[in-house]
Amino acid sequence: MEMFSLLADGFATSLSPLNIMIVLIGVTVGLFIGAMPGLGSVNGVAIVLPLTFIVPPSSAIILLAAIYYGAMYGGAISSILLGIPGASTAVATTFDGRPMAQQGKAGLALIAAAVASFVGGTISVVLFTLFAAPLADLALAFGPAEEFALVLMAFTTFVGLGGDDKLKTVIMICLGLVLSTVGLDLISGQPRLIFGDMPGFYSGVSFLVLAIGVYGIGEVLYTIETSKTAPTVTAAKITWKELGYGIREMNKLWRSMSIGSFLGFFVGMLPAAGATPASLMAYGIARQTSKRPDSFGKGNIEGVAAPETANNAASTGSLLPMLTLGIPGSPTTALLLGGMVMWGLVPGPMLFIEQPDFVWGLISSLYTANFAAVLINIALIPLFVWALRMPFTVLCSIVIVLCIVGGFAPSQKMHDVWMIAGFGVAGYLLRKADYPLAPLVLALVLGPLMEKSFRQTLIAEQGNVLAFIERPLSGTFIAIALLFFALPLIKMLRKNGRRAVAPAE
Amino acid sequence: MQNNITRRFMMAATASVALFATTATSALAEGWAPQKPVEMVIMAGQGGGADRLARMFQAIIQKEGLSRMPMLPVNMGGGSGAEALRYLKDKEGDAHTIMATLNSYYTTPLRTDIGVNIEEFTPIARMAEDTFLLWVSADSGITSLDDYVAKVKTSGKDWKMGGTGTGQEDSLLTAMIEKTFGLEMTYVPFQGGGDVAKNLVGNHIDSTVNNPSEQMGFFRAGKSIPLVAFTPERLVQFPDVPTARELGHDLVYVMQRSFVAPPGMPAEAVAYYTEMFRQLSELPEWQKYTQDESLEPAFLTGNELQAYFLEEREKHRAILAGMEDGSS
Repeated sequence: MEMFSLLADGFATSLSPLNIMIVLIGVTVGLFIGAMPGLGSVNGVAIVLPLTFIVPPSSAIILLAAIYYGAMYGGAISSILLGIPGASTAVATTFDGRPMAQQGKAGLALIAAAVASFVGGTISVVLFTLFAAPLADLALAFGPAEEFALVLMAFTTFVGLGGDDKLKTVIMICLGLVLSTVGLDLISGQPRLIFGDMPGFYSGVSFLVLAIGVYGIGEVLYTIETSKTAPTVTAAKITWKELGYGIREMNKLWRSMSIGSFLGFFVGMLPAAGATPASLMAYGIARQTSKRPDSFGKGNIEGVAAPETANNAASTGSLLPMLTLGIPGSPTTALLLGGMVMWGLVPGPMLFIEQPDFVWGLISSLYTANFAAVLINIALIPLFVWALRMPFTVLCSIVIVLCIVGGFAPSQKMHDVWMIAGFGVAGYLLRKADYPLAPLVLALVLGPLMEKSFRQTLIAEQGNVLAFIERPLSGTFIAIALLFFALPLIKMLRKNGRRAVAPAE
Repeated sequence: MQNNITRRFMMAATASVALFATTATSALAEGWAPQKPVEMVIMAGQGGGADRLARMFQAIIQKEGLSRMPMLPVNMGGGSGAEALRYLKDKEGDAHTIMATLNSYYTTPLRTDIGVNIEEFTPIARMAEDTFLLWVSADSGITSLDDYVAKVKTSGKDWKMGGTGTGQEDSLLTAMIEKTFGLEMTYVPFQGGGDVAKNLVGNHIDSTVNNPSEQMGFFRAGKSIPLVAFTPERLVQFPDVPTARELGHDLVYVMQRSFVAPPGMPAEAVAYYTEMFRQLSELPEWQKYTQDESLEPAFLTGNELQAYFLEEREKHRAILAGMEDGSS
């Protein structure tokens, strides 16, 4: 098989001493950048890009890919320990990671995140290796109608999210959709909902700002209230024995991890989607198909494994359209693309033919980066958990500082800091009133994507709504979406039906 | 005394850093230099011609050490660049923000009410003029402009032309094509030229007017076909593609690729960035890139650039007015 000899050549490149060293450095740097709220892989890659010109292109891309990967692993750390998403891709990890930490199972959650990231990364690299070419064709088959259908499917998986109160879930989804329309209209460019003329709203409501507000600040406020006397954050210690136990525990997570891997890879591969929607969708589907959906959001380890496999799988997936089509699947791959253009490589269908050394060196380095990342991450877990032993009074000030810094850093606008404060208070109140927050966050991520693809399709099809079901791919997705939507309804009807029948007898 | 020593040491250190910086950056003007990373706002989404070009500038600037501080590209493609324009306006007086422009630099403020007047912005440098070709997918079987016109005439409104947003340069060019050949197509907006190119090859749209760099990868793989170039002369990279003029239609349209800065940027900062881009424009990497990607290098700065912008804005005002007449 030609592919395997090419991959073997690739390994010859990526296993050279220089490149192994580069992978180790990149993964460690990425891990810490990812763990800092507000700093994600985009920032890491941007900062390091100029340094890459001192090494050959194949080593340079390996360094950038290693940082990219490391950051995906790192994002989970602050999500779990502090309840602040380390990066937008790790928001879904807070849903169950944070409750686990509060129950004193931070170590287990971190191990789950690391192993899940490894599994997601590895499965997706294997998929990449075997099916890069046919999958590129699949990415091409995705037009606006298919994008819309996929997003609709993502929404339906979340209808049941947030407990039994469906009405509250729907209210939160609507609120999120309203927030997603703030800013300039995607198609006509007219400003919408800018509260008179507040310039800060022109670029819309940032998803990370909302997530840091409601999860970071809101969580701190809630904890302060509920733990007036005794701090609930457990002083978690971790031993090697527990580590071993944690890894064995992962055996039970194959279902959620395979959902995360395949879904993540697939969604990541689509231009315009990326790792954030992928991780949220994986969480939704893992919950929907679980036997105990009620335990999600309350510290279910599967709720950590699913989004963490998905975001790593998606980061590999988003390399695929970049290399094969020259279209970045995520903001970070856009930066990688800039680097490649600089090194004189033309991304596109011909890259695999004209530059096999480069392509296969990169692919093989994804295997080594994954391996390095999981080892470094697990080795550092005791250190991370140790941070939780701080007194709550200290920890909660640190969390607030990190929230503010993390919200300010990406766009450097005071406006965002005020928004975080506002969302923090709102998040606290909503939580007290028992409104689920995950659907709100999901709607803000997917809303713009859904609106754009819906309007594009209608323009292209001259207002023909049937276009969504006439196309085979999007039709299939819509059918699945309807099924997901109807599932809780069917369950409920069957239950009620039995109840209704019983007394009559 | 202690203080004095520290101060002397600091001065020596600063001097040596400065010396190092000057040797590294050949001969950038002394004096003002950026104190923190410079934000490079891009008026378009990821993967399009503007984005690729801006990211390549960033890479060259960092590789050649043209700036002591890194350039951080930020995409603000929303609303045909309105997001970016408004952002730049609100950065008034800021010395650490520059913006890579497209022709939507003129058209977006004309079309939408975002409170931006481009006369207020500070011109830095025009790097090049980008070119347009008419593209169809290789599966379409269309090989000439005549084929194309005939096919679109029969399809009418079912024919989908992809672009990067109403009012963007490709929509203007589309309007010009429609007018010249008496056609009527449906214009579908996407978020960047890369997205448009992909949707053409995936057969979700029927034709595009992409820049060469956006279609180059697909073109070389034989997946897309250029029919006609909207340039004064044939392009070196596409010697077999006729220009519209050769075929008897006076359709010429180019897009400027420039950098501008917020209103009221300090003069020293303007001088610094202008010098930086002048050095960049002379580098062999840039010259090779312009040739490979069919760009016309056309360096222009200062008042001349501002005059050019304002003149172009009037031209675009006329085109836009024509479009509205046509549609009503």
